[in-house]
Amino acid sequence: MGRSIQMFEQCFSSAFRPIAKGVKSAMGLLALCALVACSPPDPEPESAGTHALTKLITAEQYSNSLSYIFGPGIDAQVQFAPVARNEGLLANSLATAGVSGGQVQTIQSVASSVAKQVVDVENRQHLVACRPESIDGPDNACATQFVSKVGRLLFRRALSDDEIATYVEYASAAALELDGKESEDEELDGFYAGLQVVLEGLLLHPEVLFIMESAEPDPNNSEQLRLDAYSLASRLSFFLWNASPDDELLAAAESGDLQSPGGVERAVDRMLESPRLVDGMRAFFDDMLIFDEFKTLSKDPTIYPQFTSVTAQDAREQTLRTIIDHTLNQGKDYRDLFTSRSTYMSPALAILYGVPAQPGWTPYTFTDDSPRAGLLTQVSFLALTSHPGRSSVTLRGMALRERLLCQTVPEPPPGIDFSVVTNPDADYPTQRLRVAAHLETPSCAGCHRITDLIGLSLEQFDGAGGYRLTENGATIDATGALDGIEFDGAIGLGEALSQNPELPRCLVRRVYSYATGGPPESDARLALNYFNEEFAAQGYQLRNLLRTIALSNAFSLIKTSPSEE
Amino acid sequence: MSKWNRRRVLKGMVRGVGVTVALPLLDYFLNGNGTAMAQGAPMPVRFGTWGYGLGGTGKLFVPEQTGQNYALPEELSSWAPIQDDVNLFTNGHAFPDASPNRNHYTGWVVSRTGIAPAAGSGTSETIDLTVAKKIGGATRFTNLTATATADARDTYSYYNSSTPNAPEWSPLSFYKRLFGIDFQDPNADEFEQDPQVIARRSVLSGIMDQERSLMNTVGVADRERLDQYFTGLRQLELQFEQRLTKPEPIASCAPPGRAPVDVAMDQSTESIKLRHQMMAELMAMAVACDQTRVFNMTYSAAFASTIRPGYDKPHHTCTHEEPVHEELGYQENASYFTRRAMESWVDFVEVFKKIPEGDGTLLDNVLILGTTDVGYARTHSVDGMSVFLAGRAGGKVKTGNHIDLNGGSVAQVGFTALRTMGVDTPSWGTLSNESSEVISDVLV
Repeated sequence: MGRSIQMFEQCFSSAFRPIAKGVKSAMGLLALCALVACSPPDPEPESAGTHALTKLITAEQYSNSLSYIFGPGIDAQVQFAPVARNEGLLANSLATAGVSGGQVQTIQSVASSVAKQVVDVENRQHLVACRPESIDGPDNACATQFVSKVGRLLFRRALSDDEIATYVEYASAAALELDGKESEDEELDGFYAGLQVVLEGLLLHPEVLFIMESAEPDPNNSEQLRLDAYSLASRLSFFLWNASPDDELLAAAESGDLQSPGGVERAVDRMLESPRLVDGMRAFFDDMLIFDEFKTLSKDPTIYPQFTSVTAQDAREQTLRTIIDHTLNQGKDYRDLFTSRSTYMSPALAILYGVPAQPGWTPYTFTDDSPRAGLLTQVSFLALTSHPGRSSVTLRGMALRERLLCQTVPEPPPGIDFSVVTNPDADYPTQRLRVAAHLETPSCAGCHRITDLIGLSLEQFDGAGGYRLTENGATIDATGALDGIEFDGAIGLGEALSQNPELPRCLVRRVYSYATGGPPESDARLALNYFNEEFAAQGYQLRNLLRTIALSNAFSLIKTSPSEE
Repeated sequence: MSKWNRRRVLKGMVRGVGVTVALPLLDYFLNGNGTAMAQGAPMPVRFGTWGYGLGGTGKLFVPEQTGQNYALPEELSSWAPIQDDVNLFTNGHAFPDASPNRNHYTGWVVSRTGIAPAAGSGTSETIDLTVAKKIGGATRFTNLTATATADARDTYSYYNSSTPNAPEWSPLSFYKRLFGIDFQDPNADEFEQDPQVIARRSVLSGIMDQERSLMNTVGVADRERLDQYFTGLRQLELQFEQRLTKPEPIASCAPPGRAPVDVAMDQSTESIKLRHQMMAELMAMAVACDQTRVFNMTYSAAFASTIRPGYDKPHHTCTHEEPVHEELGYQENASYFTRRAMESWVDFVEVFKKIPEGDGTLLDNVLILGTTDVGYARTHSVDGMSVFLAGRAGGKVKTGNHIDLNGGSVAQVGFTALRTMGVDTPSWGTLSNESSEVISDVLV
């Protein structure tokens, strides 16, 4: 009953939010759609689930997991080969990504460094829980304790007695051989040198680097498969925390509690309240917003001297902080991220935004008369979707459609005669005039009309994200349109986007893909509809969406049929 | 999980550690050609690739004459110091056949695999890794790959469609990987085995023993991925073996005495040129020191994002949008970018030429395939494409020629390179790009 009232309030406020000036049409229809979406949700429709996958762990997941296991003082930074983006997400390619020989060498190098740090004289006291009888030789009892504890966290399952015994035997043999020997100008302590070698091997093990999901018969339906307990724990943990399961989650998997009535709800609710959720969601939005591009983003310093590598780092951080605060800390409507004036500011960004600088990161609210509101007016979006030396209406429009609405903008056809858009008169001062050929030439207009009208409304922001009213001395006309809704400038675009029904649907699609490891197959339509309805009914709150998906059958059931090509 | 063979636990552990001896060369240091690294023996022939984006500007790029001593056109004017060391192939075609012509992809993929990629699919194994299977097993690294763009995504080397051969993008980290703590100087007076490496090798053997049982837990597609991973482990094991063996002296091996300082992370032509030069010198010395026999360098990606400071469009955007200069008759800035790329190609060839080896230079004993993604930059065409081959491959190749491919597939050059490197295949590529005849004009 309480939930119904809460839902009604959320729906009411969602449907009748004030609409900014400049948005000229179709709002009534959207409000009606929002009301329809607020009808009481049905139970989850029957679902075949997804496939059990073997996913390559990401560099960030590897580092996060080691950081949680051994503490943040351990340097476990590693770079893996970039994977291809598949239907909007890098995460969708992890189930097909391979590991090259060069990559194995890189991982071995990191594994060696991490193992050395763990058994270092400074760290061994708190990272190796037991004390050996002597540091000069083997101690099988202490080695067994270390291997079984650390191995379980690394492998995301309990090691068998046989596995533990074998690793302990390696540690013992190495302890005898290495004690007193010199390595890198240091005399080795046998016991810890043995542990170091074994830990290095564990960190390189295929079961650590590949997340291998396995299925078991669903006790509720003998013809249906579900993730086994350990695989469910891993899927939940990498989804919500971007890291391996912790001790408590593994214990729930081992004891059977995770799959007992109410077990998964308890686990998920705990995970959603954990500080690790912030790391998990930062990783998700990093992927969805294509923030890996920040690794190589640079601007021409002769054109944008105020945009430095620090600006780029801070631009990414600003958006992630804004998203986390808005969605998780404040629990606000996801759609309002595109109209909210609340954000965070750093000194490097303050220069570009032209606002007073405060030391460190501080909350900042743009004034009501500021031209900035929402993520589209943040430097991260504006600079990432521009060229090094100028803005791009096409890239910005394409980014909005593909990253935020899950739409596909076709590539330009090969062999096209580019001379039709090569404006011989380079004296046209504004982008609007320069791209006019796109919109007036039939062979180009089909695609450019769906991108450029969006990008033109952001033209009051240059290629670095700085605000401007003129370009080459001419006043910028920032009128634009999104799916039939016309507006003037970025504020209007943000409002139109926030009201676009595809915006939350796209987030749902991306979150579900990210959670399960691949683009949704055609039979996931009913499940996606269910998630969309629940998301709307619960006020477009991210934490609720995560919970709905994590607890769904569509998340934990496993298909018996082969995957779609 | 199968029970491990515990006898392996002690494998390696019984070897003496800390000894200072010259151990005999292991069998797999001697490749199929019998080209051992002993003094006076013939040097092995090594294979490399070099890639850049966006072709050239028609007649500014393509010489009017064929054969030797051709007049260098404007965009190749920087080639003068290396003209006699390179074969230039022009007027080639990357035939898409039934596949779509995928902008910035089809061209270089055909040049490096002989196969036009189908819609939505990636590249198959690239030529460098095919050659590495033949000659890469004898050295510390089966291959080395680097990019001058500072972007870890910019590679033209792929194991398969889902496994790019990730490049080194920082000169500093490249130096550390090559000549850091794990480097064994072949000319060092003393050699000492690292006891930890022996122990590491032992644990690694134990992990590799689990291959079969793990393979049985996954499906066919994932089995291939795991197999690739275990291949990587075997390469690692080989590295460990090599670190336990005193290398033969190599006269031409003179590793840099100190680590380089990374240049700015920007995409300006100046930064990329400098980064490229630093990477190239490290790469060539790694080859000279026999750390690898296969190497790849990316100067710029197919969607080249190189910028000319003060000019608002990066290279790729420039080729689309820059008007043809009314007086010059071509895209002035696009041509500027091409000229800079060609200057770095010259830099790349010259670093191999500057390292003495045997009676000549390192360049005499390498073969470097240079490719791009399009022919005429402005139209992004996949006809009129160029390919380069530098080096004399141990005397098997004669250089200094300009060859007109007459509209034939660019894969002919790749096939010629493959055969020169001893890959015994009757043909290479598929459909219109299938090649079964070497270009005899460049072979001795």
